[in-house]
Amino acid sequence: MVDLVQLIISGTATGAIYALCALGFTLLWQASGTINFAQGEFVMVPAFLMLFFINTAGLPLWLAFLLTCLVAMILLGYTFKRAMVDPLIRHGVIPLVIATLGLSIGVKQLVKAGVTAQAQPFNSIFPDGLLSLGALKVSYMDVGTLVLAGLIVISLQTFLNRTVTGRAMQAVAQNTDSARVLGINVARMVLYTFLINAVLSVVAALLVTPTYLAKFDMGESIGLKAFYAAIIGGFNQTRGALLGGVLVGVLENLTGAYISPAYKEGVALMLFLVVIIFKPEGLLGKTEERKV
Amino acid sequence: MKKFKRIPVGLFGLVVATGCFAQQSPIPIVGLVELSGTGATAGTNFDNGVKLAVKEINAAGGILGRKIQYTSMDTQSAPQTAKALAQKAVDEKAYVVMGPVFSGSFIVSMAETKRAEIPNFTGGEAANITQQGNPYVFRTSFTQTTAMPKLARYIKDTVKAKTVAIVWVNNDFGKGGRDSMTKALEAQGIKVAADVSTDPGQVDFSAAVLKVKQTNADAAFVYTNEEESARALREFKKQGYDKPIIGETTLTGQKVIELAGDAANGAVAHVGLTVDAPQPQIKAFDQKFQAEYKYKSDHNGMKGYSGMYVVKAITEKIGKLDAKEFAKALHGATIRAKDYPGVLLDVHFDANGDLDRESFLVKVEGGKQVVTATLPPVSPIQ
Repeated sequence: MVDLVQLIISGTATGAIYALCALGFTLLWQASGTINFAQGEFVMVPAFLMLFFINTAGLPLWLAFLLTCLVAMILLGYTFKRAMVDPLIRHGVIPLVIATLGLSIGVKQLVKAGVTAQAQPFNSIFPDGLLSLGALKVSYMDVGTLVLAGLIVISLQTFLNRTVTGRAMQAVAQNTDSARVLGINVARMVLYTFLINAVLSVVAALLVTPTYLAKFDMGESIGLKAFYAAIIGGFNQTRGALLGGVLVGVLENLTGAYISPAYKEGVALMLFLVVIIFKPEGLLGKTEERKV
Repeated sequence: MKKFKRIPVGLFGLVVATGCFAQQSPIPIVGLVELSGTGATAGTNFDNGVKLAVKEINAAGGILGRKIQYTSMDTQSAPQTAKALAQKAVDEKAYVVMGPVFSGSFIVSMAETKRAEIPNFTGGEAANITQQGNPYVFRTSFTQTTAMPKLARYIKDTVKAKTVAIVWVNNDFGKGGRDSMTKALEAQGIKVAADVSTDPGQVDFSAAVLKVKQTNADAAFVYTNEEESARALREFKKQGYDKPIIGETTLTGQKVIELAGDAANGAVAHVGLTVDAPQPQIKAFDQKFQAEYKYKSDHNGMKGYSGMYVVKAITEKIGKLDAKEFAKALHGATIRAKDYPGVLLDVHFDANGDLDRESFLVKVEGGKQVVTATLPPVSPIQ
């Protein structure tokens, strides 16, 4: 029983990181109809940026994190939107999907050739050691990840639901034309979404890199699992991304421990297939109808 | 008439010039190395080791008066790329091919060098590499069937473990190691409590470590590639694993220690080569490597370096650049470190291309490898 609880807690912590990335998927989709298959690389790039600020510029981690947020907002938020999404989105989703796939490959190769092909260590912001609650032993890293990711998600939900800007962003996500009629600056709201996605990616990088190690291909796994998580939970629901992420994380852990670690990596894909077949809108998603 | 006299003189000059040029043309040696992908750590170190040896050998006049022209090609840690590059090395008429380091890539690529009858050195440790009757294959490290029995004896006699959980990477290297270790443990009467396979390039080891913990085995044997070893060690520490963690060379490599940080402390491994060994020629290598690359070499760097000096020693022994003669001469050859310090330790090659020499047991303490014992060769080197 203790093992099971430990598995669920550590799985939820891993799932929370997937959820941060999945949240980025759903936010971009809702606001601008963008499916970003370079989402994993959007986690990898901040990891290397933080390493640069720490190792080369000699900055402390917290300052490196803040600076990386700033650079990521400019590079992965504003520039990505202006240089890739805006010119392509008017041609439909498919050209943009292909472009982001290309971006994913390009960024990986750029880091591999221009920075390093080897993995780099990245220190955790949480202390080593275990938190003992009776027989239950949970690592500080898992607890910290869970708390920080949870705080980020709650803050984001509060921002989206309780602030004027957040509601305006939701209005844009639900119906762009109506939002425009209501006087909402649609372009600005969409830009905010891209900036938020960039910051979420930096947080995900901060949490996942100590385990994954900073490497040019570190985003492949997390990007794919976040995509599955977003589909599983519901691509048009931010709550769905959270559920999908946590579900994937926990089920991976349970499968690894009780069936075989060899099957662990296939859990997200299996779940994805089941959801696509039986509930294609996702567990919490809403059915969208299109006029023909 | 004058015109006719000048032609033979001109031709003679041309022949002499061409002859001189041919005599001084460099020896082409190709490295097939993992410079990217999952094997980047191993391949880069191996490549750097070869390059350092080439630089030294060339500075000292080369081999038989000819300089070495070393070209490294990136296999991207992919067997199909390695095979294509091996063909390219054959096309470029390489005298010797160094690498790949990954067993899976080597097993695929060595068919090309065998067909072209080019001696091919590998950093791979999979047992089946030298069990296929390829007379052109030579190792730069132990085969798993040599290393694992040494380690199993240590687990029985020193750790006094009755049960061991094995975590291995599901590629040719890992499978070979797991099979050899399972046999070696059984021979010592030690039970394998868990057999946990992981994927190459795996990033999350939480389930694997949990599985090991659930078995409550007396020790864990971890046999994965460098980056995965670092991730596994981090996860073991994260989950508070307090039993001995034992491995082979890859578990305590310099890069693994760098990547795993404090989590590497306490890990024990049998290593064929380590820069922390007490031998003066190894200390000298360590200093030269650090001066050249500004970091500490792992065992792969030493494999590449010593492998290149084996090429020099055998070529000088046969006195000509003849790949077939080279392969024949290396089978059964013994090269001593006092004659060629670059081979680092006295080494003997058997009829299969496997090597034998001293090895070491190391423990990571304070982020450094500490040699706890020097183990003799399986058969005394005559």
